[in-house]
Amino acid sequence: MSEIFGVPVQALMGQLMLGLVNGSFYAMLSLGLAVIFGMLNIINFAHGALYMMGAMFAWMGLNYFGIGYWWSLLLAPLGVGLVGILIERSMLRWLYKLDHLYGLLLTFGLALIIEGLFRDQYGVSGQPYSIPEELTGAFNLGFMFLPKYRAWVILASLTVCFATWYVIEKTPLGAYLRAATENPQLTQAFGINVPLMVMLTYGFGVALAGFAGVLAAPALQVSPLMGSNLIIVVFAVVVIGGMGSILGSIVTGLGLGIVEGLTKVFWPEASATVVFVIMAIVLLLRPAGLFGREK
Amino acid sequence: MKRKLIGALVGAAVMSMSAGQALAQAKAPAAKGMAAKPAGVKLSGEMVKIGVLTDMSGVYSDLGGQGSVTSAQMAIDDFKAQAKPGWKIELVYADHQNKADVGSNKAREWYDTQGVDMMTDVLNSAVALAVSKVTLEKKRVLIDAGAATTRLTNEDCTPYTVHYVYDTYALANGGGKAVVKQGGDSWFFLTADYAFGHSLEKDTADVVKANGGKVLGAVRHPLNASDFSSFLLQAQASKAKIVGLANAGGDTINSIKAANEFGLTKNQKLVGLLTQITDIHALGLPTTQGMMFTEGFYWNLNAETRDWSRRYFAKMKKMPSMLQAGVYSAVLTYLKAVQAAGTDEADAVMKQLKSMTINDMFAKNGKIREDGRMVHDMFLVEVKKQAESKEPWDYYHVRSVIPGNEAFQPLSLSRCPLVKK
Repeated sequence: MSEIFGVPVQALMGQLMLGLVNGSFYAMLSLGLAVIFGMLNIINFAHGALYMMGAMFAWMGLNYFGIGYWWSLLLAPLGVGLVGILIERSMLRWLYKLDHLYGLLLTFGLALIIEGLFRDQYGVSGQPYSIPEELTGAFNLGFMFLPKYRAWVILASLTVCFATWYVIEKTPLGAYLRAATENPQLTQAFGINVPLMVMLTYGFGVALAGFAGVLAAPALQVSPLMGSNLIIVVFAVVVIGGMGSILGSIVTGLGLGIVEGLTKVFWPEASATVVFVIMAIVLLLRPAGLFGREK
Repeated sequence: MKRKLIGALVGAAVMSMSAGQALAQAKAPAAKGMAAKPAGVKLSGEMVKIGVLTDMSGVYSDLGGQGSVTSAQMAIDDFKAQAKPGWKIELVYADHQNKADVGSNKAREWYDTQGVDMMTDVLNSAVALAVSKVTLEKKRVLIDAGAATTRLTNEDCTPYTVHYVYDTYALANGGGKAVVKQGGDSWFFLTADYAFGHSLEKDTADVVKANGGKVLGAVRHPLNASDFSSFLLQAQASKAKIVGLANAGGDTINSIKAANEFGLTKNQKLVGLLTQITDIHALGLPTTQGMMFTEGFYWNLNAETRDWSRRYFAKMKKMPSMLQAGVYSAVLTYLKAVQAAGTDEADAVMKQLKSMTINDMFAKNGKIREDGRMVHDMFLVEVKKQAESKEPWDYYHVRSVIPGNEAFQPLSLSRCPLVKK
């Protein structure tokens, strides 16, 4: 069997695949952040907490109301989106004119409150959520044993990511959104309801986080801490990809998932750090990020 | 603008890593109305003050956390009811956020300005080692119920530290030996990358080798890793019969969950080296059935443990982990020692502690050795199948009782300078 740096190629392929699965989560979460930052100029630190909320909603739906996985995939993101809209209407919109730091601090505080509430209620060990019947089992890819559920995660997240990119970059609705970002006053003068669009954008951005949460629920333990373990890496992904760049966040998310997966083979202790090392290097060489533009 | 923003973002990321868990700290209601102090008991600050330092909100807060605070309060209440001491006992608690510096600062503050006489719980080996040093410097008492590292009673032993519930040697010895004897003779470790994980891996590897098994390799993962599938794939590739989980809390839970998903459990057996009942509860029996590991306490052991645990359950709506049960016993034992010694002065209390025999719902004929190790029986348990579980939290078959003198490192092997050889 051939080897690369002493690691069998088959094992390497397996790790690449798993990196892609993790990358899918990074991509979906950083996409939401990028959309929100692009349209609202808000650094949404509550994103991790809302991702966790998506997973918790799925768990609560199943255990309190008997709602299955597939309905949760639709309903939990809607629920999270509604929570997001409430946050935007009641708090965030007062901050648009102020420095970014205020939005960051507000959402950071919200994240702590949301996590605290769930932790108080459910403890940190979390709740088990089983994989839906249709997706149990695994594919034997020859080089690895890929659970069907993980394959589904890649498929679902890629679909959602590229649909989002398409809507924003290629449709009239997306054009309005981009116009509203560029020059809100002028866009409003053309009769487009900018505040409504901003509200819906925030709702959609956090609904993406909720969707990622539901996808994660069967793969990870549904725990109040699941968001805070992930969010810092996701922010690094956004910074590396370029703040507000839609395509950048998708590509970087997947790419960094793979880099991290490879690090886990060659130097597992560094796997939590590698993303930040890349971030430091990218900031030094291209301060606007790989896909970002200097304003 | 953008550069400033990115700077702020990076700053905020760092901020969230260091202060992500808001510092939870509060004082429990003080015992009042016991001003009358009998002659003969000399107390510093007119009262005995006990500090529970634990992880209140992070990855280990279900193992200790609020449960440990509740346990300590139960011990104080029980002691007052039984011994009618006539002196004040106060309980304080704080969150060390699993950070050694936060823990040692809190210990310093408690000892210097708050007059804390004794600290307990102190889970997380890194925090425990730091707090133990402060305790030595300030000459108070640390009865550690939560940390696992054997360094507390070896290289880093002090005359003021007692290691109460378990340690990596006991976990390794119980689980490791039994598994090798059943034919699990090749091992691969999944290890949390800090003092505790390394210590647990090393101790288990030693036991495995001593019993004729071999260790094929190990992979070190960061604390709080969110995804374990990559590490498990490496464990799978090792073809070892046994995959030993040298981690704890949420990390153990996610490892076990991913191991099931990736089909690792079909050909290999998982052995949790520090698995506790809260982990089993979080994962459910279908995922964990058949797992074997060492526990220091099980609520459903006998009438006495059931009785105490049901009282605990009434307050916490959960059954206690061995740490939480151990905190109760530690506080109760300490208070008895203060009463017997007639003072809360640390040297006298430690002398008393080391001469006592501990008998309560947690320990039978427990003894505190000169290296600070509290020696008591441990239990090798196997997780029940769903059908065998008769009631909620009825999770274990107790497969064997490991007598204290076999469970813990023999004094002759101790590297503690306090042990006279």
